[in-house]
Amino acid sequence: MSKELIRLVNCSMAFDDELVLDNINLYINDSEFLTLLGPSGCGKTTTLRIIGGFTTPTAGEVLFDGVRINDVPPHLRQVNTVFQRYALFPHLNVFDNVAFGLRIPKAEESGETKGRKKKKVKIPESEIKERVMEMLEVVSLKGFEHRHITELSGGQQQRVAIARALVNRPKVLLLDEPLGALDLRLRKDMQNELKRIQQQMGITFIYVTHDQEEALAMSDTIVVMDQGKIQQIGRPEDIYNEPKNAFVADFIGESNILDGIMHEDYVVEFFNRKFRCLDKGFAPMEPVDVVIRPEDIDIVPEDEGQLKGTVTAVTFKGVHYDTIVDFKGFKWLIQTTEFHPVGQTIGIVLNPDDIHIMHKSQYSGMFGDYSSYSEEYDEMDDVTLLDEEDDEEDRDHEE
Amino acid sequence: MRNKRALFVIPYVGWMTLFVVAPIIIVVIYALTTAGGEFTLSNFARMGTYTSVFVRSFELAIIATLICLLIGYPLAYVMAKEGPRFQRIAMVLIMLPMWMNFLLRTYAWMSLLENNGLLNQAFSALGIIDLGNAINGALNSFCAWLNNGLLEWINGLFGSDFLLNTARPTDQTFFRMLFTQGAVVLGMVYNYLPFMVLPIYSVLVKMDNSLVEAARDLGANTTYVFRKVIFPLSLPGVLSGVTMVFVPAVSTFAISKMLGGGTQLMLGDLIEMLFMGSAYNPNLGAAVSIVMMLIVVVCMWVMNRFGEGEEQAVML
Amino acid sequence: MKKVSNRLFMGLVFLFLYAPIVILIIFSFNAGNSNTIWKGFSLHWYQELFKSRIIMNSVYTTLLVSLLSTVISTIAGTFAAVGFYNLRRRVREPLMTVSNIPMMNADIVTAVSLCLLFVAFFNGWESFANWFNEVQSVFYLTPRIYLGFGTLLIAHTTFNIPHVILSVMPKLRQMDRNLVDAAQDLGCTWFQAFIKVVVPEIKPGIVSGALIAFTMSVDDFVISYFTAGTTSSTLAMTIYSMTKKRVTPSINAVSTLLFVTVLVLLVIINIREERHIRVQEARLKK
Repeated sequence: MSKELIRLVNCSMAFDDELVLDNINLYINDSEFLTLLGPSGCGKTTTLRIIGGFTTPTAGEVLFDGVRINDVPPHLRQVNTVFQRYALFPHLNVFDNVAFGLRIPKAEESGETKGRKKKKVKIPESEIKERVMEMLEVVSLKGFEHRHITELSGGQQQRVAIARALVNRPKVLLLDEPLGALDLRLRKDMQNELKRIQQQMGITFIYVTHDQEEALAMSDTIVVMDQGKIQQIGRPEDIYNEPKNAFVADFIGESNILDGIMHEDYVVEFFNRKFRCLDKGFAPMEPVDVVIRPEDIDIVPEDEGQLKGTVTAVTFKGVHYDTIVDFKGFKWLIQTTEFHPVGQTIGIVLNPDDIHIMHKSQYSGMFGDYSSYSEEYDEMDDVTLLDEEDDEEDRDHEE
Repeated sequence: MRNKRALFVIPYVGWMTLFVVAPIIIVVIYALTTAGGEFTLSNFARMGTYTSVFVRSFELAIIATLICLLIGYPLAYVMAKEGPRFQRIAMVLIMLPMWMNFLLRTYAWMSLLENNGLLNQAFSALGIIDLGNAINGALNSFCAWLNNGLLEWINGLFGSDFLLNTARPTDQTFFRMLFTQGAVVLGMVYNYLPFMVLPIYSVLVKMDNSLVEAARDLGANTTYVFRKVIFPLSLPGVLSGVTMVFVPAVSTFAISKMLGGGTQLMLGDLIEMLFMGSAYNPNLGAAVSIVMMLIVVVCMWVMNRFGEGEEQAVML
Repeated sequence: MKKVSNRLFMGLVFLFLYAPIVILIIFSFNAGNSNTIWKGFSLHWYQELFKSRIIMNSVYTTLLVSLLSTVISTIAGTFAAVGFYNLRRRVREPLMTVSNIPMMNADIVTAVSLCLLFVAFFNGWESFANWFNEVQSVFYLTPRIYLGFGTLLIAHTTFNIPHVILSVMPKLRQMDRNLVDAAQDLGCTWFQAFIKVVVPEIKPGIVSGALIAFTMSVDDFVISYFTAGTTSSTLAMTIYSMTKKRVTPSINAVSTLLFVTVLVLLVIINIREERHIRVQEARLKK
């Protein structure tokens, strides 16, 4: 087990009367890639800014290596940040941007305890040059050091931002939606690149995103947040396969979420039919949420199915078809590689390991119905936009 | 964290309180008291004697503002259509006279407008003065003919004695231009034209050309595009230009003194007179100042209703 | 063809704007003492100008008050703008409105109100000084103070600060808010971040604010007229008092010198800017 580096204890944050973070408890290990995942306004950026030192929580403690750092200003923390839209200094070139942090005289580490008057040490320019060039090589930007920031593409700016943060040898790198402004292809490349850099440098990355695919692809640990609360913490596989509530199930991947009743261990009833499942430990006859992932459902001929429904819409997605099937008024999303035309009546089979049972939560009944299928897709497209607005809003609160 | 930086306004807020708010309060106090320090509203009542000054100020300021608009809008429009290099030079050329004190500019006009000044010399050399005399003569005879014929008959009919002027001078050796209302308006237009051009220009130059293209695409011709798209969108600029010309024009005092020769007393002159001049009465002067301020407030209100007030002001 | 008529129109307007100035300049070299009759070339009025203590003093006062108030208001205005930028909207907007008053208000009202304030302060000071001199005799406070350079400077600074604020504010707003955070994240204290990152970012706003402030100061007459008193006189005030009697063509000479100075400065600035733009364009092409 690696060692714990950062811990948030009962952290809350309120702007005016609005609670943005509600009693967050979280620890982050050394050399871990941790992702804060959630929709806009969920508090993930605020959490990051608390760790970075740009915001002080209204309640609770922030511990770094076991020491309380609530009141340590950002420039004295061993944490560096890659900002949304990079925040590169437009008046400096690539080299000077990366060298920025190194050129600031720092207090000697040993002198930290000797009161306020600390001796300032400057790093010699030759060493700065060496470190900057080394770092530019890490982010594959060798030969770009004299370029102006405005002459770089989005992906290159991104790399400069990463280099500028990493050159200071922080213990933790914070990344605030760093890939948000890149196009899809570049984003995929940068995901791999980031993962590689993290492993090469061997430091902790705390990554904020609203993109679940990104989170699943890169993280060691995912923290799913909504409405200022942590909904679930876990490895990507656990979060996907065993979501804790309807929100997580819906946010991570696609899910059909149904009302069900848990009769006894391993037996659940929905659509007036009992199904075998792998879950236990619920109260007898407890109402529950049942999650069925669209890709787990097998379509079979009508008379062989456990349930019967009619296809109401089909969308070709490349690898598979998104098929919307109406079961007694409740619409399911099913992903199959075979094509089933609209109007066809089909049957489905559910295996016990396809069914995942969750306790009822405040999110029950809000997600998982695909009656307004197209709208749901629209929402996903809007996420980037919404999130930027959300960022502005966050800042307005701080003013 | 950010809140701490807001503390930087504190010294300035102190400065504002001392040199912006306090003076206005003092003006209000003066306006509401007699010379002896008792409360009164009579200062406002006594402004009635100066009605003609108010009327003249408004008249001249409105005329000057309209002329500025008529010259300034087309100029801004034409400038905004030019290439960026040309635009930069044109901007500098418009701003440049402002670096000479406005009294110097006004003084330059004084010598131009004089009876034996360069303009009159030029007019006389070009025969314009003779032409003016000839026109006056022709008008005189035409009016005399009307007086003797048509008007005599009408007067006979109604018992009135309405006659046209037949005594226009025909022996001028110069046009009287200095110390007239026209000269005052000219001085205002000359001095304040940049204030009209700059805000209109800044709105026009920022205007999204695709809007014009869209209007064209929908079948609008050039005039229609201008009337329905360009002009409405440039209205904030026009309004702030109008305000920026009207406010100094209505309150000017040096221009009217220098080009109007003291015969064209305006609000600014009145205030100056009441504070420093012959008719010393600071209480009445303060009351006039308050009216002046109200005029400004009304202008600002109109301007802000159409938004962007702050941004426009940046231009100057 | 349209272009030609456009240019023609512009040409006419610029003729209107510049003809009086050009004539003023031409007649500064006139041998005679008239602004209308040309009597041959001479530098007589320039000699007169440098001999005239009144004009030289007023030029000196004008430049000094303009420069000082520009420096003060640029620094104060920049910091005030940073403060405003960090304020909540609810507090910022009413304060900005008050701040804009001297800029929006009619000059003569600003002038009169400041004049009344100074007079009121002087009266208050007189009573205080008299009382102070009575109760002790160690320090002697002069009871009578008058309008002069100090009040002139205060007045100019007052109407210049809002111009600086208004030209710095948009630059602050355009700035990526994360830049300061980024600099602090990289180890700057707030003040270091301000100097190293914010100032370079808002520099165009500061420069144009300073330029506007200087212009306003040089151009001002009304406010100076009411706040300078009798002891100091700006160029504008000198001209004004001369127009009541007789204006010497030395005024033409001083105008010419001012105009040429400004012209040269502007040409230099523009050439530099042009070069800068060209460099940037070349860079973008690469």
